[in-house]
Parts: sequence; C-alpha cells; structure tokens
Amino acid sequence: MSDLMVIINMLALVYLGWFVERSLQKNKSKMWLFSGLVVVMLVILFTLPNYGPTYSYIMVTTILMYLVLTVSWALFSGPTGYISLAPAAFFGVGIYTSAVLGKDIPLLAVVLLGGILSFVLAMIVGALTLRLKGTYFIMFTFGLVLLITNLLLWYEIKFTGTRGRFVVAAGNDTIYYVMLGIFILLLITAFIIKRSKFGLALQSIGQNEEAAAHMGINVTGVKVIVFAITAFFMGMAGAIMTMKWTYIDPYSAFDLFRSFLPVLMAIFGGMRYFYGPVLGSVIFAYLEEKLLTEFPYVYKLAFGIVLIAVILYLPDGLAGLVDKIRARIARKKNALT
Amino acid sequence: MHLLEGKGVSIHFGGLAAVSDVDFYVDEGEIVGLIGPNGAGKTTLFNLISAALEPKPGEILLKGKRINGLKPYQICRLGIARTFQTVKIFGSLPAIENVRIGSLFGPLNRLSTMEATKEAIELLEFVGLSDVASAPAKDLTLSSQKRLEVARALATRPALLLLDEIMAGLNQTELLEAMELVKKIQKRGVTVVMIEHVMKAIMGICDRIIVLHHGKKIGDGTPQEVANSKTVIEVYLGEASDAGD
Ligand SMILES: Nc1ncnc2c1ncn2[C@@H]1O[C@H](COP(=O)(O)OP(=O)(O)OP(=O)(O)O)[C@@H](O)[C@H]1O
Ligand SMILES: [Mg+2]
Repeated sequence: MSDLMVIINMLALVYLGWFVERSLQKNKSKMWLFSGLVVVMLVILFTLPNYGPTYSYIMVTTILMYLVLTVSWALFSGPTGYISLAPAAFFGVGIYTSAVLGKDIPLLAVVLLGGILSFVLAMIVGALTLRLKGTYFIMFTFGLVLLITNLLLWYEIKFTGTRGRFVVAAGNDTIYYVMLGIFILLLITAFIIKRSKFGLALQSIGQNEEAAAHMGINVTGVKVIVFAITAFFMGMAGAIMTMKWTYIDPYSAFDLFRSFLPVLMAIFGGMRYFYGPVLGSVIFAYLEEKLLTEFPYVYKLAFGIVLIAVILYLPDGLAGLVDKIRARIARKKNALT
Repeated sequence: MHLLEGKGVSIHFGGLAAVSDVDFYVDEGEIVGLIGPNGAGKTTLFNLISAALEPKPGEILLKGKRINGLKPYQICRLGIARTFQTVKIFGSLPAIENVRIGSLFGPLNRLSTMEATKEAIELLEFVGLSDVASAPAKDLTLSSQKRLEVARALATRPALLLLDEIMAGLNQTELLEAMELVKKIQKRGVTVVMIEHVMKAIMGICDRIIVLHHGKKIGDGTPQEVANSKTVIEVYLGEASDAGD
C-alpha cells in the first residue's frame, strides 16, 4: 500500500519533468490540460505527508535527492559534453555547512548557505578547470572530491581530534518539503536557462566550442556560471539531506558514488531528453532503495547488467525507448486507417 | 585610417615561423585576397586577427585601436567575423539555429529574440539556404555548410568578414555563385578578406591581393600588379599547379 503511494508520487515527479520538456517545445496544443495536470501533481506531492505513511515520504525524499543531483548534473553536462565528477564535492559542501552551522542558524538559512558555498566553490573550480578538455576535466573534478575529503580529514583530526560530526536532525516531513521545494526550483531554473539564449549558448559550446567563441559567446563565462548554478542546487540538497543522517564524516559526506550515480542515471534515462534524467533517476533510485536493502548482491548484479544493456542497445536511454515505441504505435495506427 | 592594420605581426610554433613580421592593412569596402602556397601561414594570420592566437610579437589595430590580447568573443563583437577552412558548424542544431546564435550573441548592440530570428531567416535566404532552414546542419552538403558559415558570420553584423577557402571543392556553377555571393556581401557594406587557392575567383573579384610565402609577405597590390610581380610568379604561381586543392 505504501509502495503504491511511492509509485504514484514517482509518476507525479516524472510528469513534472515531462511537462518542462513539453513547455520548451513549439507545440502548444492542449497546454491548458497539461498545466492543469501540473497542479494536480503538485497537490499530490505536497500533501504526501498528510496521507502517506512515514516510510513513503522518506523514500520519496531519497528519490528527490537523486533527482536533484542528476537533473542539475545533466543541465550542465548534457548540452556541453563536459562530464563533471564533482557532484559529490558540491553535495558534501552542503553537508558540512549543515554539520558546522546547523545548530546556530535557521534551517532554511543553512540550506541556502550550503547552496551558496557550493556555488562559490564551483565558480573557483570552474574558472580553473573549464578550459581543460575531455578526460582532463573529468579527472580534475574527480580529484577535487578526493582532495577535499583528505583535506577535511586532516583538518578534523588535527584540530577537532575527532573524525566525524553530529548533525542537528530535522523532522522527516520538513526534510521532504524542503527537498521537494529544491527540486521544483531546479525545474523552474532549468526551464528558464533552456528557454533563454544561454541554453542555445550551452548547446553550441557542446557542438563546437571554438566556433561558439568566434560567434560572440563568452564561452568561459557561460560555462562557469551554469556550472555554478547547478552546484548551488547540489549544495542545498546536501545541506538538507544530512539532517536525516545525524552523524557524518568526510568519507560519508564526500562519497564518490554520488558523483557516479548522476552520470549513470542520466545515461540510463536518456540525455537527449529533458525528462530522460528525471525518469532515469526516479526508477534507479527506487530500485536502489528497494533492492539494496533486501537483496544487495542481486542489486549490484542487476545494476551492472541493466547499465551495460542500456549503453549497448539504448543509446538514447529509456526516454529514447519510449519515443521509439510511440513512433511504432503511431505507424500502426496510420497503417490501419 | 585603415579599417584593419597589422604591424610586424608574427607567431612561432616551436622553431617554425608560421607568420613572421607581416605588415598589412585592409581598407573599408575592399575585397582583399590572401593567397600563398599550402602552409604559407594564411589561416594562421586569420587566427591571429580573430584572436584564436595572440601575435608574438606584433600589433593588430581595428579602426586605429589596438585589439591584441582580447578574447575571440570580444573581437567578434567589435566587428570581425570569420569562417573556418575545415567547417566548424553546430552539427546537430538546425541550420537556422546556427545563424540565430550569430545574431543573438555577435552584434555589439543586442537584438531582441524576434529581430534575431528575422535576421537569421533573411540571411539564410541571402546565402540561398532557405530550403534547408530546419535541417540539422550536419546533414547539409559541404558547400551548403560553407555557405551556412558565411550566413552565421554575417549574423554577427561584422564590419570585416574573414573567409577561409569557402570556394574549395566547388564545381563551376557553384564557384560562380560563390563569387557572386562575395560581391553581394561587399554591397551590404561588409569589408572582406578571403583566402583562396582558386585563382579565377581571386583575380575576378579582389580589389587587392596580399601574398604570403613561408610566413612572410612577398606581395601586395592589385590583381594585375601581383600577377606581373616576378617574386610572386617565382614562388607562388609557379607552384600553383600543385596547390590547387
Ligand atoms: N596550432 C599550430 N601549431 C603548430 N603548427 C601550426 C599550428 N597552426 C599552423 N601551424 C603550422 O603553421 C604553418 C602555416 O599553417 P597555415 O594553416 O596557416 O597555412 P595555410 O597558408 O593556411 O595553408 P593551407 O593553404 O594549406 O590552408 C604550417 O606549417 C602549419 O603546419
Ligand atoms: Mg589554411
């Protein structure tokens, strides 16, 4: 029963992602219907703690966390082709903001600050590394996570004498509402960026960076600012998510898995589509939570097999598959009439 | 005052002096041809003017103002646009979007989205690509891709347009069309510098020709003067038969 509620809310999340994609298209037919449905979905999502058992919104919170990481990651790396492995770093900065300041300032201020500090870190890192191409950029962002982890570890042991920290906890429903708010803010931001000329600039950078520069695009500027905006959301997500975990240390806060998963989830869902990464992370996160606790070995095996299958047979991910099936149905219909 | 002027422009790649101590100028309204054998340094000179590379040493002036050390996007907004010898289009974007990017980001005074779109449509028609406006740029033929680059460059509203071998590999009809196009660009009030190996085109439409050889300038004058220059005939026209690719 509670699983059914989780699934309904998952569908609502995917719908929101699909709606953003649809709003970006020129096709404006039936928009009134789709907008109406958005309201319904938002009501379903925002009232979940009122009708669903605690387990259901804890679960959806975790799904939302992966959603925020994946959709932000794809917002920058999708069009530009710069594969960043820094999400864990930005998420971790949020976590530590919470751990250090959580008891002194109000919850929303902590979350905002976590986002801002990640934003600043991303500006610095971006200015230093976004001129690196391909593998070098990937390796640098990967190294960044390791660097911060070890620096922090050294600092904690040298100056505080303990490796970890306790975090001020917050209620499960509060964490859920804040995470949902972050996700919706992210969708709005993604919509604005994609619809504005920055969206076009990002795409042109991914297609041919040199030509983009000669067309009057400040390529470094555009890359750094969008990279930092996506880090802002990752930082906020980290700041609120920690309040569920109560105890953290540098290893758990800067877990590299949180850098890899967004990449995998986005590919799994299909990066050519805006709702692809949404679909990918919702399904992936659900399966991870379900299978990891109940059948850890089966999970890891299934994880590997599915990933390989998707990369080999579904270059455009699940969203691409959906498109293909829809095209086939449309063709059948045409053949019949 | 010259529209564009270079003083002692040079650049070395390791031991190779790709462009060495070149003085040149371009006046408003001209079509200037830039010729020379393969590897002479023509494309490198374009890279220096458009700030893909920085001259060391040397100085480049646009309307009397030094533009060394600026970034490519700033050079573009100051009014210098270019095309690329090996096409550099935004392949998966529709042709029209390629041009719209130029009009959205290139002009110094920003256009509204509506104006940018209108201008992109007009420019696609200008280069004869209206039919394929919504096709992905990578699906266009090479000669269409070259014209798309011209439209995209014009969309940035340049005072000076640098064309790098837009006529390479064209058949006779296409060649005549391309020559006509360059003439039309001049009539729009845009000054043109064109690199070309196709002698017929160069001699036919250029007001003046600059000749490079091993990174050095060895000739500069009207098509007649250059065609009659002994040095030019020796080092370039003599080799032209094997440089016609
Ligand atoms: N970025 C670079 N690094 C090293 N060498 C370079 C670079 N760019 C150009 N060169 C070298 O400089 C010389 C001039 O090259 P350039 O491309 O300017 O010639 P070009 O006159 O345009 O020739 P073509 O007619 O074949 O296009 C060549 O020897 C080339 O190999
Ligand atoms: Mg060349």
